Amino acid sequence: MAATHHGNQPAADTSPPASLPAGGHNRIIRWIDYRLPFVSFIEHETTAYPTPKNLNYWWNFGSLAGIMLIIMIISGIVLAMHYVPSGDHAFNSVEDIRRDVNFGWLLRNIHASGASMFFIVVYIHLFRGLYYGSYKYPRELLWMLGVVILLLMMATAFMGYVLPWGQMSYWGATVITNLFSAIPWIGQYIVTWLWGGFTVGDPTLNRFFALHYLLPFVIVAVVGLHLIALHRHGSNNPLGIEHRGPQDTVPFHPYYTVKDLFGLCIFLLIYSVFIFYATDFLMNPDNSIPANPMVTPPHIVPEWYFLPFYAILRSVPNKLFGVTLMFSSILVLFFLPWLDTSPVRSARFRPWYRVICWLLPLDLIALGWVGANPPAGVVVTIGQFATAYYFLHFLVLIPLIGKFERPKPLPMSIGEAVLQAGSHLVPSGSTERR
Amino acid sequence: MADTAESERASYGGSEHAGETRRDFLVVSAGALGILGGLIALWPFVDQMNPAKDVLALASTEVDLGPVQVGQRLTAKWRGKPVFIAHRTAKEIQEAESVPVASLRDPETDASRVKKKDWLVVIGVCTHLGCIPLGQKADDPRGPYGGWFCPCHGSIYDTSARIRQGPAPLNLFVPPYEFTKPTLIKIG
Repeated sequence: MAATHHGNQPAADTSPPASLPAGGHNRIIRWIDYRLPFVSFIEHETTAYPTPKNLNYWWNFGSLAGIMLIIMIISGIVLAMHYVPSGDHAFNSVEDIRRDVNFGWLLRNIHASGASMFFIVVYIHLFRGLYYGSYKYPRELLWMLGVVILLLMMATAFMGYVLPWGQMSYWGATVITNLFSAIPWIGQYIVTWLWGGFTVGDPTLNRFFALHYLLPFVIVAVVGLHLIALHRHGSNNPLGIEHRGPQDTVPFHPYYTVKDLFGLCIFLLIYSVFIFYATDFLMNPDNSIPANPMVTPPHIVPEWYFLPFYAILRSVPNKLFGVTLMFSSILVLFFLPWLDTSPVRSARFRPWYRVICWLLPLDLIALGWVGANPPAGVVVTIGQFATAYYFLHFLVLIPLIGKFERPKPLPMSIGEAVLQAGSHLVPSGSTERR
Repeated sequence: MADTAESERASYGGSEHAGETRRDFLVVSAGALGILGGLIALWPFVDQMNPAKDVLALASTEVDLGPVQVGQRLTAKWRGKPVFIAHRTAKEIQEAESVPVASLRDPETDASRVKKKDWLVVIGVCTHLGCIPLGQKADDPRGPYGGWFCPCHGSIYDTSARIRQGPAPLNLFVPPYEFTKPTLIKIG
């Protein structure tokens, strides 16, 4: 920014050593930055980037998700060097990775448990957005790009799960690709087109491998857009009010880089437990049986992170309606910025929304339990109620509560609220209890 | 700028009528052809995902029904899919025929689904989401109608493999087949 032709114009008031051009005293860096403003870009987006000073630990999960994406891409690329995408060899090549390839067990565990870690982080990140109203004006596109990332992640995770070519891989692929057969008239042609045959087979496995390799890089691109949209108006914060000046913010670096790193250490400890001690805890034992196109396992279940959506699919005894409902359960998130009619962002100041916001994860846990159990008896009934509640939450409760709820008074500014909390020597995290 | 473009147009023999010039025509036609060509160029990249010729060139399968006793069920493989062949008992046939057709989700008479009453031949792929229903072995769960039961999402089929309960919209498909000998069928 500073290194432009209009050098006599003072740089933006945000760059800390205002007297120095980007790159500081180093002539080489200054020379490069004048032609390729990389250093000044980084400075502008980190040391100079103003971040609300009251972010709590819920705000760690965005950077954790980014780090998980990088971990998955790196571990995935090295696994692809040993994996064979063919019906005859896929299962054995994964076993080979686990037993024979140097550190193959480690790389495979990082990647396999990583999928679960990635989803838990992203689901918490998403819940953070719901709770603090991060999807509201002017961050609607930021939110919608996040939903796009979620959809891409789901597609990537699904295709990745097919690659080990176990029983659950094979039949999961069969069930999910068959969802498209619900489309009237052309459905069956689309399914055949997806398979490249009349059943899931070698052509399917090969194309899933190609797409599983491609999609993460598409995700990287959309994450880039997500960050551009984020940095346009800056992070939301637990109070849900905009920052109005330097008294409300701190520079992202070093304050939040340090906080993010601390959170990362805790997260990696938990992740390591799964990598080293609970390797297959989140896996389905049926996937240790090689794929057999002639026998369906008695009970097909997806990975835990898809269970609620699977439960929604099964709760309706009509194929087209069930499939539509399942896709709608994600698509409804795109409309959330307009479904929520309340001008107040943070659930802290919204007594009614706060209650239903916590009921939503409970509902999803109930749906997850339903999805994990065979569809019979009381499971079906609970699934139907939980599905109805899920849509009730987004389509009825959120619009109505926004209209009729009386929000609590908002603080004047972030800085004021933080100082008040500090004056009683209470950590900022506990302002929630006031 | 607009003035110069206008005069240019006029001086190069364009029509005098505003908004309808030879240049407009060229822009529209070139654009349309470009889009059409682009779509045609895209087609190979879409069509490559359809079944390849070696997949399409599928031989038919012959199945010897001789050893299959009354009440037994046999699974054959055709186009990579299981084909259920049931040697039905008199009771099963009677149950399949006595159902009022109008009460069915996918109304088909039993007679329209078999070539010989004793033998039911259907593709063993659930019409919901493609799982293979249980019921081929004597100790499999067969559901309340004595046919097949899909473990994935709970679809239940009767002894004519017609959908009776659960999410599947259609009866199990009957593949093209014929009896080449009294106890030999050719599927496909």
